[in-house]
Amino acid sequence: MLTMALEIAFLMVGLALLFNFYRLIKGPSLPDRILALDTIYINSIAILILFGIYQQSALYFEAALLIAVMGFVGTVALSKYLLRGDIME
Amino acid sequence: MKSSEPRKFIQLLPHPVLTMVLWIIWLLLNNTLAPGHIVLGFILAVIIPLLTTSFWPEKIILSNPWVIFKFFWVVIWDILIANMVVAKLILGPSRRLKPGFVLIDLEIQHPLGISILANTISLTPGTVSCDVSPDRKQLKVHALHLENEMDTIHEIKQRYETPLIKVFQSC
Amino acid sequence: MLENILAILILVGAFFTLVGSIGLIKLPDFYMRLHGPTKATTMGVGSILIASAIYFSQKESGVSAHEVLITLFLFITAPISAHLMAKAALHIQTHQSEQTQKK
Repeated sequence: MLTMALEIAFLMVGLALLFNFYRLIKGPSLPDRILALDTIYINSIAILILFGIYQQSALYFEAALLIAVMGFVGTVALSKYLLRGDIME
Repeated sequence: MKSSEPRKFIQLLPHPVLTMVLWIIWLLLNNTLAPGHIVLGFILAVIIPLLTTSFWPEKIILSNPWVIFKFFWVVIWDILIANMVVAKLILGPSRRLKPGFVLIDLEIQHPLGISILANTISLTPGTVSCDVSPDRKQLKVHALHLENEMDTIHEIKQRYETPLIKVFQSC
Repeated sequence: MLENILAILILVGAFFTLVGSIGLIKLPDFYMRLHGPTKATTMGVGSILIASAIYFSQKESGVSAHEVLITLFLFITAPISAHLMAKAALHIQTHQSEQTQKK
């Protein structure tokens, strides 16, 4: 039961990641691409946690936490770049 | 002599809320309740606010804990409903959507209150906060589907702004 | 019983994640696309993380609550990054769809 649910979930989140990549490549404007990158990191946290349950290992938690922190900093830095033209003042 | 003691205590713990949050985060990060980690976490939670005290110029005092508690559950409930609503709007035909910008006049003045209000608006039904006017008087909000502008503004003001004003009126 | 709850939580989470990304490719302009990921995805990842917390709690006979940390972090940061992206888009005047009222 759980294994089957996990496999279906892998399929759905994988499909979601493909959609995000489509937006990242096509995205008519720069904010669209930043939004696509932001969604990609959130979805990859989801897929990593699912893989952790699948492998019955708690090791992937730290990786997911690091992706969350770094992804947020990346999104903020890119948005700041669009707002000001440079990141650090 | 007696009156100086509470002040010493306050100097040792300049930000009690921050200390509590750091302590809980340390225990969660290590995923344990072992006595050693409880002590080490407490030591770090006391030392870190002392070292970074110049980064936190204003003191935050949380008054009205009952209002905060009720506000928290209202927001959680609204997030659940918002997800259903937004999922339905996304999966439905996008031609019929009527997006639009709304300007909300802010009554709340505390900067932290404004940022919590903006975060709550972004997390709940089909609205994202986009910009605050430089004088902190107006909030620009984008709605995914705008049926009636006045209703949206009224709901945000009544559901989220009123409890936040109550929480932050003391500081 | 517990396994069924876990399966439902995981499927609900994956469903919302997928809906958020469908919104990302389907909706016509940037400001509308912003709604999909910020809400649906946070909720989707949130319920997957809760499922993970329950799973590891019952597997290792101790409370495993550190997934709460990621959930909390995402719920605090998602609105901030959405706000910054919207601000940046307004700043460089990204195209808005014709349906938008009160540009």
